[in-house]
Amino acid sequence: MKGHDEMINEMRKIEEKAFIWRQIRSSAMFVVVTLSTMLVIAPLVIMIGYVIVNGLGAIDADFFTGELGSPARAMAGKETGLGHTMIGTFVVDTLALIISAPIGVAAGILLSEYPAHRLNPLLRVMNDTLNGMPAIMKGLLAFALIVRPMGTFSGLSGSVALAIVMIPIAARSAESALSNVPWAIREAGLAIGLPRWRVIMSAVMPAAKNGLVTGFLLAFARAAGEAAPLMFTSFGSNYLPDHWMGFILSPVDTLPQRLYALAVSPYKEWHTMGWGAALVLMVFVAGLFILARILTNKKLQNA
Amino acid sequence: MSDRDFIRAIPVRSGDKLFVRILELLAAVIILLTVGLAIITLHGGIEAFREFGLTGFIGGKIWDPGVSKQFGALPFLVGTAVTSLGALIIAFFPAVATAVFISEYAPEWLAKLVDNLVNLIAAVPSVVIGLWGIFVFVPWMREAVYQPVFNWAMEHYPSLLPLLGNPVGYGLTSATIILALMIIPFIVALTKDAIDQVPVEQREAAYALGATRWEVIRMAVLPYSKGGILAGSILGLGRALGETMAVAMLIGNKNTFPFSLFGPGATIPSVIISEFREAVSSMHLSSLMAIGLLLFVISMLVNMLAAWMGKKVRNERA
Repeated sequence: MKGHDEMINEMRKIEEKAFIWRQIRSSAMFVVVTLSTMLVIAPLVIMIGYVIVNGLGAIDADFFTGELGSPARAMAGKETGLGHTMIGTFVVDTLALIISAPIGVAAGILLSEYPAHRLNPLLRVMNDTLNGMPAIMKGLLAFALIVRPMGTFSGLSGSVALAIVMIPIAARSAESALSNVPWAIREAGLAIGLPRWRVIMSAVMPAAKNGLVTGFLLAFARAAGEAAPLMFTSFGSNYLPDHWMGFILSPVDTLPQRLYALAVSPYKEWHTMGWGAALVLMVFVAGLFILARILTNKKLQNA
Repeated sequence: MSDRDFIRAIPVRSGDKLFVRILELLAAVIILLTVGLAIITLHGGIEAFREFGLTGFIGGKIWDPGVSKQFGALPFLVGTAVTSLGALIIAFFPAVATAVFISEYAPEWLAKLVDNLVNLIAAVPSVVIGLWGIFVFVPWMREAVYQPVFNWAMEHYPSLLPLLGNPVGYGLTSATIILALMIIPFIVALTKDAIDQVPVEQREAAYALGATRWEVIRMAVLPYSKGGILAGSILGLGRALGETMAVAMLIGNKNTFPFSLFGPGATIPSVIISEFREAVSSMHLSSLMAIGLLLFVISMLVNMLAAWMGKKVRNERA
């Protein structure tokens, strides 16, 4: 039989040991969590490093002004570049923005300003479904809607595909931007006898301007990096079109789709150009995202 | 809502009616697009469904546009399931750990930095990740992992070789790892949101009981956040299912069984992207549309599950 004090001492030791063990476990988990975070960040940093270094090495003056041409041109070391791709991207993206803007804003107004409208429940479900569809499905849709009837791949069909990517995102953010506008602004407008449409267009929309712009910026950033919807809509082309309408009505080169084509091509010179295209696309898309984020933060600070 | 009720008392003018008609017309485009997507894939795929039957098409193991003109979707369904679930399994613990690091451990400046970097992953276009995968990641994996493992297996366990497959570098494992990287931001974002919602009292109670820092996270924070973690995972799964370009560039695009661990495979989006441009026979096109319809249904189900889960989490909170 042990004495009373002895037993207490022994129990204390066990407790102390357990406590130390628990502390060690806690510290060990801190290390594990920190290492996991580094594991997540490391590939991103490595990848961005590769794209910047290799991309800068691939970009020269011709890169922005030249026309791609056949692979033989690059292999012979002649002037070649992605000038036609840059213009094509600009045209297709801008047209997509123009197509998606009225639809996205209208859906946002309907959802936010007419909450009891009978179309809204269906609209919300359909918008969320469309938003959740993979981008490639939107390419299939644009293919069936525009390419088939037109009988040719075209910049227009690429714009429609990208617009379908943008619309659900834009509609959602337009709704939340509009519903963030204080209700009093509407009451003020109605009190001076304006009809509701006038209140929405002249009071609510201007008040929600920042939110609307940020939302469209985000939607645009999502669409601008997408290659999948463009592969069988705007299709791609190695040359500048003969006529400026060619950017809309005939196959057009866009940066994400050209990047894919360069990467899977068998030519070393084109691989190098691919890194350059990757740098330009990454800076463009990430820049849009960062801009949207800065605007969002600013809005939060102002509010 | 009650403060909005007065709106009904306002006389409706003809301008208002026109305005609402215009809005309805434009908004209806969204409904038509979504329904249209189902209709065109169904309409386009009907030829394939007629020829092979619904179960015959879904369960068909052979996809051969060249000679036998047999089309079955099973290889792509399996490829999609394996890569997305695999990506989720790989991404899950690092993503949750990153969210814990941001919300629980890191000082504010570091938390902000890590959070922004994780969000940046989602901002990098899929094709850029694919390009890096082709020229850097795949060769590295081939030299450092696939070939050594393959050689080791050749010496010690030759029976494993068919399971491992050809270590060319392009294949299921490469695509899955890259997919995991791409879905991490979505899991991190929702997990972080959920952790930030945990009431301070919950933590203080655990500390008061003498819990260590890890025990607080393990017993007070994570259980409370599990709805958000689950919702984030399903969102990530949905992203992985539809991810196209990076997968198509890295998976090797082999459209028949057997698949192997390192060897090439294919997913639904990857086969659509790599064959749709070149498809000439109408049965081939129809079959591609038909698997598009399968992707439509799968994406819709996963999204509905994620939405339902998010709703449930919100209701539990309220």
